[in-house]
Amino acid sequence: MKIKLTSIFVDDQRAALAFYTDVLGFTVRHDIPLGDASWLTVVSPEDPDGPELLLEPAGHPAVKPYRDALVEDGIPLVQFAVDDVEAEHRRLTDKGVVFTQPPTDAGPVMVAVLDDTCGNLVQIVSEKAPA
Amino acid sequence: MADVYRALDDETRRLILDELAARDGQTLFEICTVLLTRHRRTSTRQAVSQHLAVLEEAGLVVTERRGRSKFHHFDRSPLAEIARRWPTPAEDDP
Repeated sequence: MKIKLTSIFVDDQRAALAFYTDVLGFTVRHDIPLGDASWLTVVSPEDPDGPELLLEPAGHPAVKPYRDALVEDGIPLVQFAVDDVEAEHRRLTDKGVVFTQPPTDAGPVMVAVLDDTCGNLVQIVSEKAPA
Repeated sequence: MADVYRALDDETRRLILDELAARDGQTLFEICTVLLTRHRRTSTRQAVSQHLAVLEEAGLVVTERRGRSKFHHFDRSPLAEIARRWPTPAEDDP
Protein backbone atom coordinates (compact mmCIF):
# COMPACT_ATOMS: atom_id res chain seq x y z
CA MET A 1 0.00 0.00 0.00
CA LYS A 2 1.25 3.49 -0.76
CA ILE A 3 -0.12 7.01 -0.85
CA LYS A 4 -0.76 7.91 -4.46
CA LEU A 5 -3.29 10.70 -4.16
CA THR A 6 -4.72 12.93 -1.51
CA SER A 7 -7.33 15.65 -1.88
CA ILE A 8 -8.31 19.05 -0.59
CA PHE A 9 -11.51 20.96 -1.19
CA VAL A 10 -11.19 24.20 -3.15
CA ASP A 11 -13.73 27.00 -3.63
CA ASP A 12 -13.03 27.31 -7.36
CA GLN A 13 -11.07 24.74 -9.34
CA ARG A 14 -9.68 27.18 -11.93
CA ALA A 15 -8.56 29.70 -9.31
CA ALA A 16 -7.04 26.84 -7.34
CA LEU A 17 -5.20 25.57 -10.39
CA ALA A 18 -3.72 29.03 -10.96
CA PHE A 19 -2.60 29.32 -7.33
CA TYR A 20 -1.17 25.82 -7.04
CA THR A 21 0.72 26.07 -10.36
CA ASP A 22 1.60 29.75 -10.99
CA VAL A 23 2.18 30.72 -7.37
CA LEU A 24 3.24 27.56 -5.52
CA GLY A 25 4.91 25.97 -8.57
CA PHE A 26 3.21 22.57 -8.92
CA THR A 27 2.41 21.15 -12.38
CA VAL A 28 -0.87 19.76 -13.71
CA ARG A 29 -1.01 15.98 -13.81
CA HIS A 30 -4.66 15.41 -14.77
CA ASP A 31 -7.35 17.83 -15.90
CA ILE A 32 -10.25 15.70 -17.12
CA PRO A 33 -13.65 17.39 -17.56
CA LEU A 34 -16.42 15.58 -15.67
CA GLY A 35 -19.67 17.51 -16.14
CA ASP A 36 -19.51 20.77 -14.20
CA ALA A 37 -16.19 19.95 -12.57
CA SER A 38 -12.94 18.26 -13.49
CA TRP A 39 -10.72 15.53 -12.18
CA LEU A 40 -7.96 18.00 -11.49
CA THR A 41 -4.66 16.94 -9.94
CA VAL A 42 -1.26 18.54 -9.52
CA VAL A 43 2.14 17.06 -8.73
CA SER A 44 5.50 18.44 -7.69
CA PRO A 45 7.87 19.02 -10.65
CA GLU A 46 10.55 17.58 -8.35
CA ASP A 47 8.59 14.31 -8.16
CA PRO A 48 6.32 14.08 -11.24
CA ASP A 49 5.44 10.43 -10.55
CA GLY A 50 4.93 11.09 -6.87
CA PRO A 51 1.71 11.66 -4.92
CA GLU A 52 -0.95 13.72 -6.67
CA LEU A 53 -3.00 16.40 -4.96
CA LEU A 54 -6.63 16.38 -6.09
CA LEU A 55 -8.23 19.84 -6.14
CA GLU A 56 -11.80 18.85 -5.40
CA PRO A 57 -14.87 21.15 -5.62
CA ALA A 58 -16.07 22.30 -2.20
CA GLY A 59 -19.76 21.88 -2.94
CA HIS A 60 -20.75 19.52 -0.11
CA PRO A 61 -22.57 21.40 2.68
CA ALA A 62 -20.31 19.90 5.36
CA VAL A 63 -17.21 21.43 3.80
CA LYS A 64 -17.78 25.08 4.69
CA PRO A 65 -18.33 24.76 8.47
CA TYR A 66 -15.48 22.24 8.68
CA ARG A 67 -12.99 24.46 6.87
CA ASP A 68 -14.17 27.71 8.46
CA ALA A 69 -13.56 26.30 11.93
CA LEU A 70 -10.05 25.11 11.03
CA VAL A 71 -9.07 28.34 9.28
CA GLU A 72 -10.33 30.40 12.23
CA ASP A 73 -7.91 28.56 14.51
CA GLY A 74 -5.07 28.73 11.97
CA ILE A 75 -4.98 24.96 11.42
CA PRO A 76 -3.55 23.82 8.07
CA LEU A 77 -5.27 21.11 6.04
CA VAL A 78 -2.27 20.10 3.98
CA GLN A 79 1.50 20.20 4.40
CA PHE A 80 4.25 20.47 1.81
CA ALA A 81 7.97 19.88 2.21
CA VAL A 82 10.30 22.65 1.02
CA ASP A 83 14.09 23.05 1.14
CA ASP A 84 14.01 26.30 3.10
CA VAL A 85 10.90 27.72 4.75
CA GLU A 86 12.39 31.20 5.14
CA ALA A 87 13.35 31.41 1.45
CA GLU A 88 9.88 30.19 0.42
CA HIS A 89 8.27 32.70 2.79
CA ARG A 90 10.22 35.50 1.07
CA ARG A 91 9.48 34.21 -2.44
CA LEU A 92 5.76 33.76 -1.81
CA THR A 93 5.31 36.99 0.17
CA ASP A 94 6.79 38.83 -2.81
CA LYS A 95 4.08 37.20 -4.94
CA GLY A 96 1.40 38.54 -2.58
CA VAL A 97 0.73 35.33 -0.65
CA VAL A 98 -0.67 35.91 2.85
CA PHE A 99 0.85 33.95 5.72
CA THR A 100 -1.16 33.38 8.91
CA GLN A 101 2.06 32.20 10.57
CA PRO A 102 5.55 33.41 9.64
CA PRO A 103 8.54 31.05 9.70
CA THR A 104 8.47 29.47 13.15
CA ASP A 105 11.16 27.39 14.80
CA ALA A 106 9.49 24.11 15.73
CA GLY A 107 12.39 22.06 17.07
CA PRO A 108 13.79 19.81 14.31
CA VAL A 109 11.86 21.70 11.61
CA MET A 110 10.93 25.19 10.50
CA VAL A 111 7.27 25.70 9.65
CA ALA A 112 5.08 28.47 8.26
CA VAL A 113 1.39 28.61 7.34
CA LEU A 114 -0.10 30.33 4.30
CA ASP A 115 -3.57 30.96 2.90
CA ASP A 116 -4.15 29.17 -0.43
CA THR A 117 -6.94 31.70 -1.35
CA CYS A 118 -9.22 28.72 -2.08
CA GLY A 119 -10.40 28.15 1.48
CA ASN A 120 -7.49 26.27 3.03
CA LEU A 121 -4.40 26.91 5.07
CA VAL A 122 -1.21 25.19 3.92
CA GLN A 123 1.78 24.44 6.15
CA ILE A 124 5.22 24.39 4.60
CA VAL A 125 7.94 22.47 6.43
CA SER A 126 11.70 22.27 6.07
CA GLU A 127 14.08 20.14 8.07
CA LYS A 128 16.78 22.08 9.82
CA ALA A 129 20.35 21.28 8.95
CA PRO A 130 21.86 19.06 11.67
CA ALA A 131 23.73 21.25 14.13
CA MET B 1 -12.47 43.33 35.90
CA ALA B 2 -12.13 39.59 35.63
CA ASP B 3 -9.49 38.10 37.84
CA VAL B 4 -6.00 38.86 36.55
CA TYR B 5 -4.44 37.04 39.49
CA ARG B 6 -6.26 33.80 38.74
CA ALA B 7 -5.41 34.13 35.04
CA LEU B 8 -1.69 34.39 35.89
CA ASP B 9 -1.79 31.49 38.34
CA ASP B 10 -0.95 28.83 35.77
CA GLU B 11 2.39 28.04 34.12
CA THR B 12 0.88 27.25 30.71
CA ARG B 13 -0.96 30.58 30.67
CA ARG B 14 2.24 32.40 31.67
CA LEU B 15 4.10 30.62 28.84
CA ILE B 16 1.38 31.71 26.40
CA LEU B 17 1.93 35.32 27.49
CA ASP B 18 5.72 34.86 27.17
CA GLU B 19 5.27 33.69 23.59
CA LEU B 20 2.84 36.48 22.73
CA ALA B 21 5.27 38.97 24.28
CA ALA B 22 7.96 37.58 21.96
CA ARG B 23 5.71 37.62 18.87
CA ASP B 24 2.31 39.25 19.17
CA GLY B 25 -0.63 38.19 17.04
CA GLN B 26 -0.70 34.38 16.86
CA THR B 27 -3.35 31.87 15.84
CA LEU B 28 -4.35 29.03 18.15
CA PHE B 29 -2.37 26.67 15.88
CA GLU B 30 0.83 28.71 16.24
CA ILE B 31 0.44 28.96 20.02
CA CYS B 32 -0.02 25.17 20.23
CA THR B 33 3.03 24.66 17.99
CA VAL B 34 5.34 26.78 20.14
CA LEU B 35 4.00 25.40 23.43
CA LEU B 36 4.74 21.90 22.18
CA THR B 37 8.08 22.44 20.48
CA ARG B 38 9.66 25.06 22.76
CA HIS B 39 8.14 24.15 26.09
CA ARG B 40 7.19 20.48 25.70
CA ARG B 41 3.63 21.31 26.74
CA THR B 42 1.47 18.60 25.29
CA SER B 43 -1.83 20.31 26.09
CA THR B 44 -4.62 19.57 23.64
CA ARG B 45 -5.89 22.36 21.41
CA GLN B 46 -9.08 22.37 23.46
CA ALA B 47 -7.10 22.90 26.66
CA VAL B 48 -5.05 25.72 25.11
CA SER B 49 -8.26 27.25 23.82
CA GLN B 50 -9.65 27.23 27.37
CA HIS B 51 -6.46 28.84 28.72
CA LEU B 52 -6.85 31.56 26.09
CA ALA B 53 -10.46 32.08 27.15
CA VAL B 54 -9.34 32.65 30.76
CA LEU B 55 -6.68 35.14 29.62
CA GLU B 56 -9.23 36.88 27.41
CA GLU B 57 -11.73 37.14 30.28
CA ALA B 58 -9.04 38.79 32.39
CA GLY B 59 -8.34 41.24 29.57
CA LEU B 60 -4.78 39.98 29.12
CA VAL B 61 -5.47 38.62 25.65
CA VAL B 62 -7.55 40.29 22.98
CA THR B 63 -8.48 38.64 19.71
CA GLU B 64 -8.64 40.18 16.29
CA ARG B 65 -10.06 38.63 13.15
CA ARG B 66 -7.89 39.19 10.10
CA GLY B 67 -9.14 37.57 6.93
CA ARG B 68 -10.77 34.33 8.05
CA SER B 69 -8.42 33.62 10.94
CA LYS B 70 -8.37 34.75 14.55
CA PHE B 71 -5.20 36.23 16.05
CA HIS B 72 -4.38 36.61 19.74
CA HIS B 73 -2.67 39.71 21.14
CA PHE B 74 -1.18 40.35 24.58
CA ASP B 75 -2.71 43.38 26.30
CA ARG B 76 -0.57 44.39 29.30
CA SER B 77 -2.88 47.08 30.62
CA PRO B 78 -4.48 44.85 33.33
CA LEU B 79 -0.96 44.35 34.72
CA ALA B 80 -0.82 48.07 35.46
CA GLU B 81 -3.41 47.50 38.16
CA ILE B 82 -0.94 45.27 40.00
CA ALA B 83 1.75 47.94 39.82
CA ARG B 84 -0.73 50.59 41.00
CA ARG B 85 -1.72 48.47 43.96
CA TRP B 86 1.83 47.69 45.02
CA PRO B 87 3.99 50.36 43.43
CA THR B 88 7.70 49.65 43.25
CA PRO B 89 9.80 52.56 44.53
CA ALA B 90 11.38 54.30 41.58
CA GLU B 91 15.09 53.54 41.25
CA ASP B 92 16.06 57.20 41.37
CA ASP B 93 14.31 57.76 44.74
CA PRO B 94 16.71 58.48 47.61
